[in-house]
Amino acid sequence: MSDQELTFAQTIKRIEEIVALLERGDAQLEQSLALFEEGTALIRSAGRMLDNAEQKVVRLVKSEDGTPAEADFLEESV
Amino acid sequence: MNVITVTQLNNLVKSSLDNTPELSSVCVQGEISNCKLYPSGHWYFSLKDSESSVRCVMFRRDASMLRFRPENGMRVIAVGRVTVYPRDGQYQLYCASMQPDGIGALHVAFEQLVSKLKEQGLFDTAHKKPIPRFPERIALITSGAGAAVHDMIRILGKRYPLAKVIVMPVRVQGDQAADEIRGAIRYANRYNVADLIIAGRGGGSIEDLWAFNDEALAHEIYNSAIPVISAVGHEPDFTIADFVADLRASTPSNGAELAVPDRYELSAMLRESSVMINRSMANIIAQHRKKLAALSSARVITSPLNYVQDKRIALAYLSERFYSAGDRLISRGRQKFASLASSLDALSPLKVLSRGYSLVRGNDGSIIKSSDGLHIGDALTVSFSRGEADCVVTGIKP
Repeated sequence: MSDQELTFAQTIKRIEEIVALLERGDAQLEQSLALFEEGTALIRSAGRMLDNAEQKVVRLVKSEDGTPAEADFLEESV
Repeated sequence: MNVITVTQLNNLVKSSLDNTPELSSVCVQGEISNCKLYPSGHWYFSLKDSESSVRCVMFRRDASMLRFRPENGMRVIAVGRVTVYPRDGQYQLYCASMQPDGIGALHVAFEQLVSKLKEQGLFDTAHKKPIPRFPERIALITSGAGAAVHDMIRILGKRYPLAKVIVMPVRVQGDQAADEIRGAIRYANRYNVADLIIAGRGGGSIEDLWAFNDEALAHEIYNSAIPVISAVGHEPDFTIADFVADLRASTPSNGAELAVPDRYELSAMLRESSVMINRSMANIIAQHRKKLAALSSARVITSPLNYVQDKRIALAYLSERFYSAGDRLISRGRQKFASLASSLDALSPLKVLSRGYSLVRGNDGSIIKSSDGLHIGDALTVSFSRGEADCVVTGIKP
């Protein structure tokens, strides 16, 4: 699984699964090692997501056909 | 005239009162006296004016909704129904809600709407949708200007910059406000523009916040498929939107805090996860190592020669048993042979001779058992136990 495919929520969910699986400790050694590697990579990736995230703020506007479109949000607008 | 019991009388009055529509929901203005809170949480008091007084009760459930504490001398408007408590024949006002008199009709309207929507089930906790743990898109339905939107954007950005913030500017006070807020919620749902909505505004007077007490807006929030956090005014302000929303925030800033997790807490959680999987992995490896150690300490592996030796010892033991069994057999045979030989010996003629008997044979070697057929002058051989003698018959006795 590559980092790009997972959202942050999915990444966290998978990490929590892996933590639980490894904690149970009933998997085969190879499987445990694979989970461990996957978990370590996901934790790194989630950390990167948090560190590199830049907040996006948009203003929602109605286009002519009524569908939503995005515009820059300026706090003074309205 | 019929004679009836007291109970029958009280029940008659009760059913008469209960069936009077004007008494099933009344708004009574008066001053509180004899106010008493029971340990059960029910309030008992009287309402009085200059000429009369009426007994009142407010049950715990309704009393818990009060935003003020009833006190003697307080002028209030109480809403409730009138009925008789048959046991003592006292008629009472059962208060469902109450507000301080003089604050205005808005309060009464508010309370009336609260009980109406409550009855319709709009406030049921069972209906409340969970707030997503990690919302990706958050719609802010609020004024595009002012401190509220600014604070929410700032706090969301600080706590969880991963979420995209979608501002849906609306008017939050005035006649159009409720409709605009309602329209924004409907639009957000129709085009699924977000996975969480924060609807709110900063503090103000009760009139300023009134848009959030709108009945139609309450239904819109109730029907929203996207979870809604209400974030209206200041901490003590409660609006209808607060009751019907999936989550009530005390202020817009609090709304932003409740909407998203905190990145520093998340980082800490990630570090903890890392520690946990490292520890688990170490445990798993230790377990496997232990298993391996147990396996490799088995004797076949540690000293294969010992194993052969064991077998050799067993073999030696077996063969020893085999041989000793053989020996026993042989010696038993020997004994038997000896006993047979000795009985054989007892029967031997030589043995008889040794006791003093002699054996007589004729010329032809035949054994002479009687004197019949012997003649004088016949030669005989006499065998002794040891040695023989040749003899001649000199006389015969029959």
